[in-house]
Amino acid sequence: MTTTIATENPEISVAEIDKAKVKLDVQGLDFYYGKSHSLKAVSIPFANKAVTALIGPSGCGKSTLLRTLNRMYALYPGQRATGKILLDGEDILRPGVDLSMLRARIGMVFQKPTPFPMSIFDNVAFGVKLYESLSKSEMAERVEESLRRAALWDEVKDKLNAPGLGLSGGQQQRLCVARGIAVKPEILLLDEPTSALDPISSAKLEETVIQLKADYTIVIVTHNLGQAARVSDYTGFMYLGELVEFGETATMFTRPATRRASDYITGRFG
Amino acid sequence: MEQHTLRAYDEELDALSAELSRMGGLAEVEVGDALRAITRRDVATAQAVISRDDRLDEIEADIERRAIRLIALRQPVADDLRRTVAALKVSMNLERCGDLAKNIAKRALVIAESEPITPLTRSIERMGELVARRLKDVLDAYAARDVERAKLVWQRDEEIDEHYDSIFRELLTYMMSDPRTIASCAHLLFVAKNLERIGDHATNIAEIIYYEITGENLPDQRPKLDALEPR
Amino acid sequence: MAVSAARVMSRRLANGAFTAFCVLVTLLALAFLAAILTTLIQKGVAGLSVDTFTMNTPAAGSRGGLLNAIIGSVLLCLYAMAIALVLGILAGTWLAEYAGDSRYGSVVRFINDVLLSAPSILIGLFVWQIMVANLLHHFSGYAGSVALALIAVPVIARTTEDVLRLQPTSLRESGVALGTPFWTVIRSILWKSASAGILTGGLLAFARISGETAPLLFTALNNQFLSLDMSKEMANLPVLMFNFALSAYDDLQRLAWAAALIVSGSVLGVTVIARLVSREQKQG
Repeated sequence: MTTTIATENPEISVAEIDKAKVKLDVQGLDFYYGKSHSLKAVSIPFANKAVTALIGPSGCGKSTLLRTLNRMYALYPGQRATGKILLDGEDILRPGVDLSMLRARIGMVFQKPTPFPMSIFDNVAFGVKLYESLSKSEMAERVEESLRRAALWDEVKDKLNAPGLGLSGGQQQRLCVARGIAVKPEILLLDEPTSALDPISSAKLEETVIQLKADYTIVIVTHNLGQAARVSDYTGFMYLGELVEFGETATMFTRPATRRASDYITGRFG
Repeated sequence: MEQHTLRAYDEELDALSAELSRMGGLAEVEVGDALRAITRRDVATAQAVISRDDRLDEIEADIERRAIRLIALRQPVADDLRRTVAALKVSMNLERCGDLAKNIAKRALVIAESEPITPLTRSIERMGELVARRLKDVLDAYAARDVERAKLVWQRDEEIDEHYDSIFRELLTYMMSDPRTIASCAHLLFVAKNLERIGDHATNIAEIIYYEITGENLPDQRPKLDALEPR
Repeated sequence: MAVSAARVMSRRLANGAFTAFCVLVTLLALAFLAAILTTLIQKGVAGLSVDTFTMNTPAAGSRGGLLNAIIGSVLLCLYAMAIALVLGILAGTWLAEYAGDSRYGSVVRFINDVLLSAPSILIGLFVWQIMVANLLHHFSGYAGSVALALIAVPVIARTTEDVLRLQPTSLRESGVALGTPFWTVIRSILWKSASAGILTGGLLAFARISGETAPLLFTALNNQFLSLDMSKEMANLPVLMFNFALSAYDDLQRLAWAAALIVSGSVLGVTVIARLVSREQKQG
């Protein structure tokens, strides 16, 4: 742990975490949207079986960072990343990485719920079918397990053949979580997953995230500081494309080391 | 410090600190007056101290209300959170100081009716002045957000303890040599004990201030010579 | 802020005058439409009978109907739509998902828009030049279908592109995020999600081509007899209307009106279906 005190205000403070616990290690990552340089030498570790929250004002690069982790940016020409992102020690930015296999290992849930235009069952089974050929009963088991883990099973078990789009917003989002974990990824990326949900649905999703922590490395981007405080073990504060502060959440919210992080979380920004 | 985006938030925090400063001032006066009541055998002042204690309780309740409201509505974090919690804890310590001052004043009423024991009262007066100065120092440190000053108060608590120990020995001597003084001496012993505890509260407040400003705790062990108080 | 009474009055007057003008112009347009529809229904219904649907086109003065032309039209349109749906959907998908803002993509998009408003007679002439004059050396139903398809393709490509672009980026990305190959994302997720819109585009294209005369004059021509052979000349309603309406005989003119009513009725029906489908999508 750093022993700096808030009154000294270092510009940047990144706490070390035990290397053995790191699942995904970002090292010196730079990201460019065309000519604009939107991530600057970001180095941040993501611990295994823990939730790491990324916070910061809009446009600080937290979503961009998240989208480099599963190389979602590769869909768009003109976006590129340099540096290293080590997944279990292997660099996923290296050319020649099989993106489909990579993304099967790293699930993602988006800001707005995006159920596919098919039944609840097929939504969850969709990704599984791509990689595994399961028997009908095995598939039914997998779907049930995933829906249970996403805390949705009890609400939909009687209407698995109903369209996914017919669910409420909160249920749709949990369906997306179920769909993401059905393929048994190792890492789960959540991009402002509750920004379109009411407080009750948000709370249910947060509980789901905390439950899932037992098996996954979870990275959550959120604008809701309370949410970051509630669900995460580690927090990274980003500003203008830089990682300003990273450390344990409890420390970040009681004695942030940097003035910028402190100003942001206490609502003194700008 | 930079302003919050929400101005009302700043106003509430500032109001909390202002209320605490007011309470600190009042507690200082209470301790000072209680001491005067003892040393000058001043019944009127003692009664004033006793009657003013309610004010301190009211202010403490008010600070608690404000702090709880702030936590509920603003959800303070980081330095705001530390500031709010510190205000809550400091006010509790000040309220205890007030109670102890009131207790001293009550004993002043009793002592005023018996024979004066002048040298002993001197010792008490010296100790009381020291305690009052510590309390003042720590409240000044709070107002100025001065970590070093707070730390100084915390480090020097042992001086008060030493005073207490010597008064304790002095009182024993008096009581053994002249049993008629036992009643007054017992009261004075409690007065000394109360003063010592006010000193402890000042030390607590110093610790709270240190945490509020730095976010870190002072070490559990502080230099302390307290031969007569086994722990 | 206080506004003077005179000002309020003048605003009210201007507003009233403009509203009145709009209502008037709308009524005028509606009056023409009503005139067209009443004429069509009056004259068309007079020409309709059981024979219309059971007998082939007659010579002047004899009994007959529109059977060969109706079946010919249906066949021509079906073949045309089969070609146009495949080409149009694929082209629209390419434009929306792969072309992006590339130069090639912009050129294709521009040309597609030009084709969208190209005079149909030009397309007829073009297909005649290539297929009838140089390839097949005779008029043929296939040539007719190709000409109609060429009219339908830009419509379908355009609507497909538009509805695919309306699909949220996050839907695409959440497919990709599961490790799905992009082509599979398009087929299993995007097309499904955009299906109502694509279908609407197809139905509108169908409505557009079912009344086209000009391209068929050069390609499928006409046939007095019932024929299911697409490689031969083929009867169809629009060309029949053109021929019969210009003829000097009352009975043939009546049949032309009946054909017009049938074409209009089916276009109306298809448009209504398209509306219903797209409304369902909005609600879903």
